[in-house]
Amino acid sequence: MTTEKLAKLDSRASIISDRVKRVSPSGIRKFFDLLSSMEGVISLGVGEPDYATPWHICEAAIYSIEKGSTMYTSNLGMPELRQELSKYLKESYNLNYNPDSELLITVGVSEALDLAMRAIINPYDEVIVTDPCYVSYDACTILAGGIPIRVPTSEEDGFEVDATDIEARITQKTKAILLGYPANPTGAVMPRERLKRIAELALHYNLFIISDEIYARLVYGIDHTCLATLTPTKDSILLLGGFSKSYAMTGWRIGYAAANAEIIAAMTKIHQYSIMSAPTMSQIAAIEALKANDDNVREMVADYNRRRLIMVNGLRDIGLSCFEPKGAFYTFPSIKSTGMTSDEFAEKLLVEKKVAVVPGNAFGRYGEGYIRCCYATSLQEIEEALERIRCFVEKHT
Amino acid sequence: MLKEILKILEDDARISPKQLATMTSSTESEVKKIIKQAEEAQVILKYKTLINWHKVGDEHVWALIEVKITPQRDVGFDSIAERIYRFPQARTVYLVSGTYDLAVIAMCNSMHEIADFVTQKLAPIEGVRGTMTHFLLKKYKEDGEILEDGGKTERQPVIL
Repeated sequence: MTTEKLAKLDSRASIISDRVKRVSPSGIRKFFDLLSSMEGVISLGVGEPDYATPWHICEAAIYSIEKGSTMYTSNLGMPELRQELSKYLKESYNLNYNPDSELLITVGVSEALDLAMRAIINPYDEVIVTDPCYVSYDACTILAGGIPIRVPTSEEDGFEVDATDIEARITQKTKAILLGYPANPTGAVMPRERLKRIAELALHYNLFIISDEIYARLVYGIDHTCLATLTPTKDSILLLGGFSKSYAMTGWRIGYAAANAEIIAAMTKIHQYSIMSAPTMSQIAAIEALKANDDNVREMVADYNRRRLIMVNGLRDIGLSCFEPKGAFYTFPSIKSTGMTSDEFAEKLLVEKKVAVVPGNAFGRYGEGYIRCCYATSLQEIEEALERIRCFVEKHT
Repeated sequence: MLKEILKILEDDARISPKQLATMTSSTESEVKKIIKQAEEAQVILKYKTLINWHKVGDEHVWALIEVKITPQRDVGFDSIAERIYRFPQARTVYLVSGTYDLAVIAMCNSMHEIADFVTQKLAPIEGVRGTMTHFLLKKYKEDGEILEDGGKTERQPVIL
């Protein structure tokens, strides 16, 4: 290499792209490090079911491997899985998605979200998200070159988002609204009427909606409203869903995107070059999950519900204000009464009482003053953790 | 409400009435009342603990005994079944369809005791036409619980 060339390489500002640099590193890295060095910790910090994948699903995948189904599949995903999925969306929500062109099987909803952002965003396009919201929404928007615009939500309003608050943030650059209900981290579920007003708003301003409904099956005492049922056509909405939470299949990394053929074709273009196809054995497992009856899911939901009630009640008994989450498997209690910040609370609770929770500000500014506690853990652990939190709160207030 | 409570208790009898009340959005006194009624009606028979005795060096011998019997007028199989299930060695007794009639799961202190139970107590009962004894070699799963599980899977402690 010539010296001029070497000199030119040396003068580069940085190897890392500006786009990646714009994504702020996770604020709780220090917390993770601390946690990994400790023993006897009860973790309410997880974001996945505590069940193993139902055996019939595992067994179907094992059998497929034994039979030699270890090759790539079609970029879109196995035809049988897309057909089952199409049937599922029809039966669950009366939605019609053509399995040949309007469904794409992805490596979890995470991949689907990334594809969606890269497929629709031009530099500096704005995407409206809620605050607090799942950590990937911001990052995926920024990595795709867009700018996330946050709409605050509050405990007083059940962490729901109102159409008027979204409307106030619409500009010439607004491209899409990205919603995830039932919500991580709050467990909030949006009532049908409020979703409807957002669908109308999007239609009025010609905005695209991305609806992450990974927790659709985990709702308690109410029905889940699929946002795609409220838009006049499927041309203005991308529906994302997956198997991780409803079938306890987080490690299989399998999800899907449903939209009109144009959107799916654009997403598939990226998918085929970066992923090729979702893991074959996971697709076979997903077919089995969809084909079997729902007894497993129903039992899991009933069980989560019992633990949800125990945790919400327990947190309120401690004196923490806790709104009642109707979905997912998280509670989002306020710790403002302790006078600590979310970070302080989470770190001190871990050090002093060995209970891990996630500080609410990890999900946005408006999560400050809250912590996320997951109840997808055994009842014994929940009770023990609540007792430890009680001692902690009593000591510090 | 009753069934919901029974389902929860069947899985974990240690759940307190207070916890049950929270889980079913009810009151503690209401839950206590329902449980008392279920106990009185013998819907709830007993609260037990499922133990893997093998792990503490227990040497009990278990056998599955197939029993063929001749049913009796008016009482069918029931009176012979009763004569068998009254023995404390018979831990479980089922009437079954197929090539034999009663499935008896027996527990004794040794193989000899099982042999004595079968040859001296079971087989001589009037109406018993034959027995076939299978000694249990290993318990894999009991009452829905896997006894020697390969250990709990490790979850990441924090996942956003």
